[in-house]
Amino acid sequence: MNSFTLDGTAIPFAPGQTVLQAALEAGRYIPHLCYHPEFKPHGSCKLCTVQANGRPAAACTLPAQAGLVIVSDSEEINGLRRTLVQMLFAEGNHFCPSCEKSGNCLLQALGYDLGVVTAGFRHFFPDRPVDASHPDIWLDFNRCILCELCVRASCEVDGKCVFALSGRGIDKHLVVNSLSGRLADSAIGLDDKAVSVCPVGAILKKRVGFAVPIGQRRFDIAPISAQALADAPRPAAIGDGA
Amino acid sequence: MSKLRIATTSLAGCFGCHTSLLDIDERLFELLKQVEFDRSPLTDIKHCGPCDIGLIEGGICNAENVEVLREFRRNCKLLVAFGACAVTGGLPAQRNHLDLDACLTEVYLTEPGLANGGIPNDPELPLPLDKVHPLHEVVKVDYFLPGCPPSADAIWQFLSDLIAGRTPHLGHGLIQYD
Amino acid sequence: MPSAVDLDTLLARHPRRPESLLQVLCDIQAVHNHIPADLAVQVAEALAIPLARVRGVIGFYSFLCSEPAGRFRLLFSDDITDRMAGSQALMSALCGRLWLEPGKVSEDGLVSVTTTSCIGMCDQGPALLANGWPITRLSPRRIDTIADLIRAEAPVADWPAEFFRVADHIRRRDRLLNSGPMVGAALAAGLARGPEGVIVQLERASLRGRGGAGFPTGRKWRACREAPGDARYVVGNADEGEPGTFKDRVLLTRHADLLFEGMTVCALAIGARQGFLYLRGEYRYLLEPLQAILAQRRAAGLLGAAIQGRAGFDFDIAIHLGAGAYICGEESALIESLEGKRGIPRNRPPFPVTHGYRQQPTVVDNVETFCAAALIALSGGDGYRAIGTEQSSGTKVLSVSGDCARPGIYEYPFGVTVRQVLTDCGATDSQAVQVGGPSGACIGADEFDRRLCFEDLASAGALVIFDGRRDLFEAAHNFTEFFARESCGFCTPCRVGTAMLQDIMAKIAAGHGTRHELDQIAQLARVLQQSAHCGLGHSACNPTLDMLKRFRPTFERRLKTLDFEPAFDLDGALARARAMTGRDDAGAHIRSEP
Repeated sequence: MNSFTLDGTAIPFAPGQTVLQAALEAGRYIPHLCYHPEFKPHGSCKLCTVQANGRPAAACTLPAQAGLVIVSDSEEINGLRRTLVQMLFAEGNHFCPSCEKSGNCLLQALGYDLGVVTAGFRHFFPDRPVDASHPDIWLDFNRCILCELCVRASCEVDGKCVFALSGRGIDKHLVVNSLSGRLADSAIGLDDKAVSVCPVGAILKKRVGFAVPIGQRRFDIAPISAQALADAPRPAAIGDGA
Repeated sequence: MSKLRIATTSLAGCFGCHTSLLDIDERLFELLKQVEFDRSPLTDIKHCGPCDIGLIEGGICNAENVEVLREFRRNCKLLVAFGACAVTGGLPAQRNHLDLDACLTEVYLTEPGLANGGIPNDPELPLPLDKVHPLHEVVKVDYFLPGCPPSADAIWQFLSDLIAGRTPHLGHGLIQYD
Repeated sequence: MPSAVDLDTLLARHPRRPESLLQVLCDIQAVHNHIPADLAVQVAEALAIPLARVRGVIGFYSFLCSEPAGRFRLLFSDDITDRMAGSQALMSALCGRLWLEPGKVSEDGLVSVTTTSCIGMCDQGPALLANGWPITRLSPRRIDTIADLIRAEAPVADWPAEFFRVADHIRRRDRLLNSGPMVGAALAAGLARGPEGVIVQLERASLRGRGGAGFPTGRKWRACREAPGDARYVVGNADEGEPGTFKDRVLLTRHADLLFEGMTVCALAIGARQGFLYLRGEYRYLLEPLQAILAQRRAAGLLGAAIQGRAGFDFDIAIHLGAGAYICGEESALIESLEGKRGIPRNRPPFPVTHGYRQQPTVVDNVETFCAAALIALSGGDGYRAIGTEQSSGTKVLSVSGDCARPGIYEYPFGVTVRQVLTDCGATDSQAVQVGGPSGACIGADEFDRRLCFEDLASAGALVIFDGRRDLFEAAHNFTEFFARESCGFCTPCRVGTAMLQDIMAKIAAGHGTRHELDQIAQLARVLQQSAHCGLGHSACNPTLDMLKRFRPTFERRLKTLDFEPAFDLDGALARARAMTGRDDAGAHIRSEP
């Protein structure tokens, strides 16, 4: 089997796999946020940036090649990732103490793991009204990190295309597919993949937010780097997502 | 070795971070062997003198907050944003998407309760800023201790590191934003 | 000028499929000054696209809007050359005459005035677009007349024709600009050489892409020809958005036949039946003349079925309009836009030569590249190879603007020095030249002997000249605003980083900058260069870094001497509360720290 090296360790890969897919399958963690094993790599959050033969590249979209030398866990690359997490925190309104997702949130967990203690830059404090129109689903644009997982899930899995993106640059934002633009008037369902796939607290099921108490949640128990491997596809599923 | 001098205060905060500081319980005795407190709710000293470490809880929501923050910055060698509000603006910053005029009008002029009392204009009262800001947008901040509040263990770890001259490192379970 | 037309008529102009979305929206915008909500719904149904995606496309392109933009919509070109020629004062004057706030629509819905990115009139600015039509050489007098015309509600079509005159300003000609009318000669030569023969000549010529990246054209065409696919496409990139660049505008005006001939030769070489010219929305005024030339070529048997009598050689070209998005000049974003979507650069690999338009093998080349390819098909590669430098064969058409006596179009063999160009265009006391627009490089006077070629200063050929009077910080500030305005927002570093950079530069411009801000610029530059999704993000910090390196004092003299300054105006943040309480005592103010 072909292999590349990740921080000095040989990682075998199957044809068609990306560096991130092969690494996760081999039990090696590379930080990532917009990548989800059930979806085609997206490459927008850039948290999975690594050095590939000395040049920066997003591991989630980088095709694995024999002999590639990948550096991921270096101070330089982790510093870059810290700034990216800081950018996301500065861009939106992320007020963890009031968020039901706290403890299960991938953005927060990455911040913990990378040692992010401040947004560093000036907070944008954007004005983003909440869409609470749906009886069972809460849509809080303040927490949206524009990873497009809900957009992809709603089209590719749910077959509904409830979400899309509008605007550009710093004004880019999520929009809902309904005449009114409100979630209540869309085709979304409580069991949709688009609801469960949100990595942050932007799309939440109502009335179950504190079923698991703060302090006993996923990333309270162990850091994301120790858990993300559990999400990686088992070898049998490899190749489907690429 | 002479004791390090620490000052603490709460600006646009709820004193929850100070309460969490007290939660280090019997470790307070150990702390007091190494530090002495300058301006702080614990001492009731009104103004900050030259200090080694300043812990500031809460964000910046009014003119007085700016004044106190500047006093701390001038006097403290190391300034620490202590807790979620100091680090991010926190709960008070949840008003940032509201228009200040509309807020004051609603509270003092139109809604029941304080209505018809007029918007207070006593020069003794600090004026509110149009938005609430984290500390690092107003002065240079040297260290950040997130958490709402930071847990007693996190505070103990953080202060132990600072006092010992180590770069503070919290690690899993101690670093938290909520 | 458009009149009221019903939606069915607009829809009938384009194939009824999702790829037509952007074109239909452009037509609706032209008729209604915005995309009315009910029409967006009908378009979504007619083209079988989710409504949210239609709204997403409207929200992406700056010329489209979902609220009425004013019956007169004036967009001032905000290129640094426009600013140097006084555009900001002229825009303020116009707004003053119209009692209008920039960026807002007048209450009667009559007019709106705001800025847009460079519209490619840098050699005859300041310029603006009036309902999409360019007006050049703005002066206080022209502004007064425009204000009067708007208040009289005179249709833009009835405004003085002189306003809309766009000069070509060709100052130096070489092989390309000297070529005569091209109606079939290169194509006939290409047919005689055959597909392989054409590509071999391009390879012998060592032709490289003229958009700036310099990819070998022969290799691109060959890769496309050899890629498996159901269909192949030729795309002419006329989305000339790099500020300071306007040479394609002149090629489209004067040498469109040569361009279409080159595209047709490409179709022959790769086996394509369909071509597109992606025309930037700013050049909308060229649409009808270009369509007329396409019609002539069809009539002459140079497009359509059995071109030049060759059975099976069927090819035609459609013109696709952009709608105000610099990023669509990036080839994969251009293809997304061509498919009617938001112009987001794709993940690569795969590249367009194997997976381009509708995931089929596609050649995307710059206008000038196709022109050069036509000349090579006609005369062979060896003669072409003899011109220029070792790694940059042939000639390059330059767009020269800024502080010089003769701004305009200059064609030189590759390898010409910046100094030579400065001499020829009558530039004196030049302190810096921005080569290749904001995403290029800023060089100082000690580097004017550098050469314009792929070995040294590679670019699409824009030179913006700054003489000794100019403050280069202003240029850097303008460029950061440009990148923030044009970031597509796909990736974190560019979406957030360009906005942060703009924020920091505004702080420095306002006199509140410190060393801390310079450090933050360096930090953002590292993150953008290392992790942005495409070239826009990679280069967004370049002008600032270049100018910080070469003209650091222009930044430093704006800094406060303090180590740190608040991120916002502290005393200004109390203004609302002062107004509400009626206070103005000492305690109602926050003084700057000494």
